[in-house]
Amino acid sequence: MSAVLFFIAAIGVISGAVGVVVLRNPFYSVLALVAHLLSLAVLFLLLRAEFVAAVQVVVYAGAVMVLYVFVVAYVGGESDSLGERLRGAGQGPHGSTLRLGGAILVGALLVELLIALLGTGLEAIDGYGAGYAPGPQAYGTPAYIGKLLLTRFLLAFEVASFLLLIAAVGGVVLARRRGGLEDEDGREALTPLDLLRPRGTGTMAEGVGRRIQ
Amino acid sequence: MSIAWYLVVSAIVFSLGALGVITRRNPLVVLLCLELMLNGANLALIAFSRMWGNGDGQILAIVVMTVAACEVCIGLGMIVAIYRRRLPIDVDELRELQG
Repeated sequence: MSAVLFFIAAIGVISGAVGVVVLRNPFYSVLALVAHLLSLAVLFLLLRAEFVAAVQVVVYAGAVMVLYVFVVAYVGGESDSLGERLRGAGQGPHGSTLRLGGAILVGALLVELLIALLGTGLEAIDGYGAGYAPGPQAYGTPAYIGKLLLTRFLLAFEVASFLLLIAAVGGVVLARRRGGLEDEDGREALTPLDLLRPRGTGTMAEGVGRRIQ
Repeated sequence: MSIAWYLVVSAIVFSLGALGVITRRNPLVVLLCLELMLNGANLALIAFSRMWGNGDGQILAIVVMTVAACEVCIGLGMIVAIYRRRLPIDVDELRELQG
């Protein structure tokens, strides 16, 4: 049973990945990536990583992909397909040799990875994994992961949360509309709340007396 | 299924992601292919974690997911900024830093 499920999920994972690379329209690439992520969550479940599988579906296939869909809808634009890319249609002076070189490089990378992974001589690699005893605190459950995250890996947890904060601030700074904090048109509509607000925006230039208005 | 099968799938997904990063021109698709590479690494991490019956690999996979979310946030912000400045959305055209 688990073998059948593995092959179904593995085919989904690989075909999703091929779809992301090959499909012409970026929107379809995003949808292929969603299918890839859902199949990958099945593989995680087969490896008894229940919490990671749930996080994968909720955070990755849910939240992150919605962000992608919004940006693709905002930016739009067609993209060239891999076939044209490999043939070098309408390309610059480098032409198709560079593309072919890329494909050869990736093939070599795949062979090297397979040799490195399968030729390690690790005996456990042909096994079915360590023993597993079901229970409320078994391997891979939320309780198990939470205990590890808040004891042994507390520093990694805190650093990751700080990184998320920095990324959120950076994303806002990168994507905001340029040209001042306040709209000229918006200044006309005064509300009672404006009386409570200090003048200016609190920048250093205002602090040394150079007011904007 | 034995652990080796999962590792083969992870290697294939990683290589496909690398192929996309090298050959595609749209930065949105390049970001998607980076996600593919991270997912291949995640699958290998979780397979090895299962192999030893140890949760460390799963924690590392969760941290990788966090980093991927940060990368998506910054990357998409940059793409939106590029779009606002009416620059071409093409990694071959945006080569100012190359000199």
